[in-house]
This record gives sequence, structure tokens and C-alpha cells, in this order.
Amino acid sequence: MFRMTRGRLFAALAGTLAVATAAFPALAATQLTGAGSTFDYPFFSKAFYQYSQNNSDVTVNYQSIGSGGGIEQFTAKTVDFGATDVPMTSQEVQRAGGGVLQVPIALGGVALTYNLPSVKALRLTRENVVDIYLGKITKWNDAALKKTNPGVALPDLAVIPVNRSDGSGTTYIFTDFLSTVSPEFKTKVGAGKSVQWPAAGSVGGKGNEGVAGSVKQTPGAIGYVELAYALENKMEQALVQNKAGKFAICTTVGVKAAAATRPDVNATNFSIVDAAGADSWPISGYSWVVVYQSPQDKARAKMTKDVLAWTVTKGQAIAGTLDYVPLPENVQATAMKTLNQINL
Amino acid sequence: MTPTTPTNPPITPAASAGRADRAFFITLWAAVTIFTATAVGLFIQLVNGSWQSLTTFGFGFIVDSQWNPVTGHFGALPMIYGTVVSSFIAIAFAAVIGIGAATYLAEFAPRQIADPLATLVELLAAVPSVVYGLWGLFVLVPILRAFVDPFLQAHFGFLPIFTGPIYGVGLLTAGIILAIMILPTVSAISRDVIRAVGREQREGGIALGSTRWETTWRIVLPAARTGIFGACVLALGRALGETIAATMVIGNKSVIAASLFAPSYTLSSVIANEFTEATSDIYISSLIELGLILFIISFIVNGAARLLVNSVFSRNEGR
Repeated sequence: MFRMTRGRLFAALAGTLAVATAAFPALAATQLTGAGSTFDYPFFSKAFYQYSQNNSDVTVNYQSIGSGGGIEQFTAKTVDFGATDVPMTSQEVQRAGGGVLQVPIALGGVALTYNLPSVKALRLTRENVVDIYLGKITKWNDAALKKTNPGVALPDLAVIPVNRSDGSGTTYIFTDFLSTVSPEFKTKVGAGKSVQWPAAGSVGGKGNEGVAGSVKQTPGAIGYVELAYALENKMEQALVQNKAGKFAICTTVGVKAAAATRPDVNATNFSIVDAAGADSWPISGYSWVVVYQSPQDKARAKMTKDVLAWTVTKGQAIAGTLDYVPLPENVQATAMKTLNQINL
Repeated sequence: MTPTTPTNPPITPAASAGRADRAFFITLWAAVTIFTATAVGLFIQLVNGSWQSLTTFGFGFIVDSQWNPVTGHFGALPMIYGTVVSSFIAIAFAAVIGIGAATYLAEFAPRQIADPLATLVELLAAVPSVVYGLWGLFVLVPILRAFVDPFLQAHFGFLPIFTGPIYGVGLLTAGIILAIMILPTVSAISRDVIRAVGREQREGGIALGSTRWETTWRIVLPAARTGIFGACVLALGRALGETIAATMVIGNKSVIAASLFAPSYTLSSVIANEFTEATSDIYISSLIELGLILFIISFIVNGAARLLVNSVFSRNEGR
């Protein structure tokens, strides 16, 4: 009869552990941690996986708890890097003890989607968009909209602007755009991840899917969503006029063109909305990664820097496959320059 | 095999019973202490976390209508309004339908279908909240927008609660979704309470010549009153705190409007929506204060209900 004696039990356990360690060498690898923005999560997920395939001694564990959480954890030094849609303000940097480097890591655009079955290819000037969200344009057959869309039969339907009810970087980029274009919007509302929307008929949806769902369901609704979301769900986009006067929908080419006009982005001067250039999409923005300039654990910091350096350069090819916009080359150079400032 | 008598030494009742009893009571005390400590600790942590906004805004926080993260000016009144109104709409629907269903299942349903039907109603409680939200957004909202809301506005539009533009999402929709969610709670508990009313009550009523309906309405239900009221209070508590289903169909707009068709906001929705991206101290503190307000509202509702039960119902309690 087989009896599980103590010796046999010990041998079995040791054997299992040995097999496990041999079969999963990644268990012995260094695990770096990052936390923050939900916008970056799909991109980071795929990019870091690819990086671990290429470099088996490093894995990256990224938790998409939101930009606020990312900055919290980064300040508490519980993660190797943080990710945030809006760069840390000077107060936040001060609270983290100063010496924070902010690197642009991902690029995204915000598309406008609408629900008017009888109208294809709706055109909106920048002022139209502002007035819709300020609540000044309340009907689709308003004179201002008729002027922008000559010859198009606009219905006598109420305009319902849909916004994001949850705090999000997408809202920040959109309100930054509206504030840049209209001083009135800037004083009345301002730019932020969450704002007090002034339009009387507006409605809030939770997440991109909430906004998209509301727009799809409600005749006469118009809302803003992430470009990746609009592309993957093949949503009907409105054409927005950029600073150069051209009407276009949001595309990865347009966002990249807008980003390329400002290669000198940094944490204090990071807005790329309403960019000049014929091909630029006016509602674009970056997402950022934050690291310490003088970290204590130099070995971990070196590994973190290598991961981020790869993500910012070669990893951008993966961004394209997920409908993110790859960083233009000049911005990649800026990012690399910032990463090279880490004291190793 | 020869039968053997047990060879254990005789157990002296006094010593072991005392030990067992002591252990039993200690376990019970521990359970109560943990529970009380958690509740008190939660309250203390909420106050601690919201200290900054408590001192900055003071009492004005509860009566202020502005929720502006950009300027840092926060006020909870629209959220309190939304929470309270949507929960009361929910309990109004759920109480009527739930008690009706429970009465039918307990009193009038043939035994073969009573249990399966009861299980079916309780199955509603097993559906996750987010599924309700999705169903609400894609099924209930279009139905309300296309048929129900215009009907209400056409026939009852003179009432201020049915005026204004119809979006589909709004206070009424949230109230209806919450009603569906708390229905199983009301129904299941009420059914048990009604069934627990003694047979003598019913038999006495019928013996005196009342009809089935009269017996139920005048004898059985009044006897089950306390329990049914308790079920409603429990359900109301759940409706007050419901987050995901409410946020998907309420429109998420912090304004107070007279109309039930207008979008609104609840305390728990704001917290769920904005907490992850809140970075400034005053913002986080205000969100925690919303949690504190919700905690206090639940406390007040439960307390008021308990007082009501004690004062009104205990006078003539059916035995």
C-alpha cells in the first residue's frame, strides 16, 4: 500500500516546485509595475507583452486604475512608473517630492459622432461645436448650422449634446479644444477631466460606450468619443473644420499631422489642440508616463527606462494595430531625450 | 463480535457546559463587536477623508447646486435630490407590485406553481447590476422614449413632473430600473412574512364569514404589516446605494429639474464616475463627503422607519 510519508511528501513538493520553476522561467524574472490611465491600457497591454517576449528577464504589470490613482501610487513610490492623461501639475510634482520626468507615450484623437439618419457627412465649424456644447444651438435647423451645411436638409430636431460623466482624459482634450477656440467657454467652463457642462439639454454617459450608446439611441444627439472607439465601432463621424479651414473626420493621419506640428511638447506646454496645418485634426492629445529623475533602485530604474524607451520608439508600431496613433518621429526624439535625463 | 459498552469516562455536565457556553458567547460577542467596530470605523474614516471639504464648504455643501471640478466648487444638492427621488419612485412601484406578488404567491397561487413562480421572482435578484444597466440602456430607454413618456406627457402633461423634453434616460427611467432590482427583495421577504401568519387568523376570518379577499386584506396583511414594512425599508436601502444600473440610465447631469423626464444624478453615481480620475485634494475630499452623506441618509431612512414601526404598528400587533 502506498503511504504518503513525510519524506515522500517533501520530495513530491520539491519536485513540483523544480518543474514549475523550469517550466515558467518568467517567474524568476523581474516584474516592473506601473499604474494609471485607462486610455493607455489596451496599448500597454499589447506592447509590454511583446517586450517580455523579446526580453524574457523583464515583465511589466500595468494596472489601469485611472490617472488619479496612477499619480497617487507614483507619489507613494509603490510603482516604477505612473501613466496619466494630463501631465502632473506643479503641486502634484511638489507632493511627489520633485524631480519628476514626464514623457509623452501615446497619442489619441477625439472624434465627434452624431445621430441624424437623414444627414450624411455633417459639417461643423469649430464655433458650431462650441455653441452646441454651450447650449446656444438648440435645434439642428439653426441658422448657424444651416450656413455650415449649405444645401443640406437639417431636421427640426432638438440638439442633445452628450458628454462623458466619468472623469477622463478624452474630456480633457475635448474641453481643452473648446477652451482654446472660445474664450467664453474657457471662462464659463474651462478645461478638465470632469467639468460642469452648461448646455441645458445635455446628457452624460459613462465611458466611451455610454456616450456611444446614448448617441446611437437618441435621435438628434451628438457626442465625443476616443478615435480608437469610433474606428472600431464604425461610427458616423461629423466633419470638423480645423484651423486651416479644411473639413475632415478624425483619422490617425490627421492626429499624427497635428502632433508633428509641436515636437517640443513638455509637461508644462503640452496642448496640441487646434493645431495649424492643412491635415491636422484639431482635437488631439497625448498621454504621459511619469518617472523619477533620480531613483533609488538604479537597477530597476534602468529596466524601466529600457521598457519605456522601447515603447516610445519601436513599440509605437503596435499602437497602429490598435487604432492608437503612433508618435511622430520628432516627438519620439523628444521623449527619448527626456528619458535619457534619468540619473542611472 | 461481542457488544462493547462505551468506555468514555462520564461527562460532568457542569464543567463542559460552562466551557462550551462561554466559548459560544465569546464567539457571539466577537461577531457583534466586529460588526459594530466596522460600522463605527467606516463612519470615522468617512469623516476623516472628507474633513477638508467639510471645513471648506461647511453646511453649504448640502444646499449648493454647483458641482464644478475645474473651479473646485462643489455642492451635493442635485445628487441628494436624484438619489432620494429615484429611490422613492422605485420603492413606490416595488412595494405595490412586490406585496401584490407576494400575497398572490402566499395566499392564492395553486401549490404546484407557487414555488416555481417564487423562485423565478427571486431569480431577478441574482441578475448582476450591470446587466440591468445594459438592459435598461438598450431596451427600457427606447421603450420609454418612444411610447411611455410621450403617452404620459400627452395625458398628464399638465403636471409639472411630466413636462419638458424627453430623452429616454432620466429620473423616471432610473426609478423604474431600481424598482425592478429591488422587487425580489420586497417580494421574497413579504411572502415569507405572510406565510408566517398563523392559520388560526385565516380560519377565524373565514369562520366569521369573510371572503378570501377580505381575510387577506383585513386580517392577514395587517398581521404581517411589520415584516412587510421591514422588507420595504431593506429594499429602499438597496435602492439608495445602487450605483451602476442607476448611472447607466439616469443621464448623469447634476441639475435639479421639476420633470421626471429630465436627466439627474445620484450620490453613488458621482463617486463611481469621478473617483478614479480625481486628482486634487478638495475633489477627492468632496467625493468622500458624498459617501458620508449617503451613509447618513441610509441611517436616517432606517432610523425613521424603525421609529415609525415602533410607534404605529406595535400598538395593535396581531398575535
